[in-house]
Amino acid sequence: MTRSRSDIVWIPTFAILVAFAVPWPLWGVDRVVAGLPVWIWWHVAWLGLCATLFALFVRSGAWERGMGQRPTAVADAGTVEESATPTADTEGDR
Amino acid sequence: MTLGLSLGIVVGYLVVALGLGLVAYRVSETTAEDYYLANRSIGTLVLLFTTFATLLSAFTFFGGPNLAYAAGPEWLIVMGTLDGVLFAVLWYVIGYKQWLIGARNGYVTLGEMLGDRFGSTGLRALVAGVSLLWLFPYVMLQQMGAGEALVGLTGGAVPYWGGAALITGFMILYVAVAGLRGVAWTDTLQGLFMLSVVWIAAAWVVSSLGGVGAATEGMLAARPEFGSFGGGTYTPGFIVSTAITIAFGVTMFPQINQRFFVAKSATTLKRSFALWPVLVLLLFLPAFMLGAWAAGTPIEVPDGANVLPVILGEYAPAWFTALVVAGAMAAMMSSSDSMLLSGSSYFTRDLYRPLIDANASERREAWIARIGVAAFATLSFVASLFRPGTLIEVGDTAFSGFALLALPVICALYWPRTTRTGMIAGVAVPQVAYLAVVLSAVVGAVPTLPRTVFGGWDVALGLMVLSGALTVGVSLLTAATDEGDASRFAVAGD
Repeated sequence: MTRSRSDIVWIPTFAILVAFAVPWPLWGVDRVVAGLPVWIWWHVAWLGLCATLFALFVRSGAWERGMGQRPTAVADAGTVEESATPTADTEGDR
Repeated sequence: MTLGLSLGIVVGYLVVALGLGLVAYRVSETTAEDYYLANRSIGTLVLLFTTFATLLSAFTFFGGPNLAYAAGPEWLIVMGTLDGVLFAVLWYVIGYKQWLIGARNGYVTLGEMLGDRFGSTGLRALVAGVSLLWLFPYVMLQQMGAGEALVGLTGGAVPYWGGAALITGFMILYVAVAGLRGVAWTDTLQGLFMLSVVWIAAAWVVSSLGGVGAATEGMLAARPEFGSFGGGTYTPGFIVSTAITIAFGVTMFPQINQRFFVAKSATTLKRSFALWPVLVLLLFLPAFMLGAWAAGTPIEVPDGANVLPVILGEYAPAWFTALVVAGAMAAMMSSSDSMLLSGSSYFTRDLYRPLIDANASERREAWIARIGVAAFATLSFVASLFRPGTLIEVGDTAFSGFALLALPVICALYWPRTTRTGMIAGVAVPQVAYLAVVLSAVVGAVPTLPRTVFGGWDVALGLMVLSGALTVGVSLLTAATDEGDASRFAVAGD
């Protein structure tokens, strides 16, 4: 079992992350909040969200499973900090 | 503040960057893997910044603020979306897959990878040729940016051609001595430097204008339409097609694509991926907002000049402006170095060796590479003197040309049924069509074909769809050749 079914959810997640990095719902809105147009804040917050979800994608092991690789055991357990995770690929360090 | 000091800062900075390259050269080995890939040993910080710095180009520092100044701060959204999010996803989809395949089979270039998979020297040469073709305008863009930057900094005392020539000289010198290790080292230094400097610049200007709120108010007083999202240049068609063509195009840039082969480990790629959106935002937010805020200030930006140095010249001390221009020029130099270095590996490995002299010695190959770089940079320097468009236009042309490669490559990476004929059709036909569109604007004898249709939709986006459709369609109609080997791209199941 290399791919878990719940990993499929990452595909629509990435699609939404890309699509709404552009603040479409604020099209034509001209409110200024805290010194900047509000749609700029949307974008700033959205990119923060992207970074968070990307980190989660990596940490959950979906990164390897998506390519049919085996995530490391520690990553599977989901308890160990990323920095402590040894190289995950089966080829080892190069 | 004297002209001499400004110029001294610029040249001094370039010399320091060159010195660092020399140090890197001394620790490197003389093999092709080290020269082009630094022995596949690049760690997270350096990988992140060397990819980042390659994006730190005249397109970002001068083109971006110029567009925000002229058309509004929406450019931040376009670039943030394509670079921060879409490129990051492609970093995984294309980059990680290529890393897995490349590490397994020892590939150095995209053309080599595809040529091996499909058993086709022709495809290998085609991909390399197409890449070199679009690299040309992008290197030229850096020379144009440097020429304009020095005109702005020195008030015209250094002519446009002088700035372009200066950076061309440094580029050639640098690539000749450093190799990827040197480029990667200076990229990291430059990335950190430019990131800090652009924030200091923004803080300086904003505090002179009386704070962020006042700066935005000033901008809205002068250009009320800047406050609302969309409108003017920024039609939905423009936003979507620019974001898609540039993001896909970036992945096929030789210098970016080659980065997919250099990571030390998967951990390096993973960390870079998660940090990417934040890093991109940290750079684009102050750079492009400075351009937009400048619209509300009384500064005059002369024709052909860039807004960033002009606004700094108004609100920051001259030495600081010189430092920013120096940093931007050094960033352009390092972008160009990465491009020229990768371009030279495409040239020697995918064109020269397979087609002209398969038995050339390593020494001979190294010389051919360096001569190739010098010739390429000199030709693009000559072309840059004609200034065929704005920085954004020239850059966008190059990005779109590369973007047309992306879908066939993704097909090859993920769909084992892809055939050699499918690849060649999917790469060649859209390229010929796009080249016709681009050249029709340059050659006076033929009618100019439209670059955009239906309110801002780029024809390159349509050609991208065509490239994917042709690759899939022709692959379905043709049989795989005996020389092809789909198992070369298999990475799963071990």
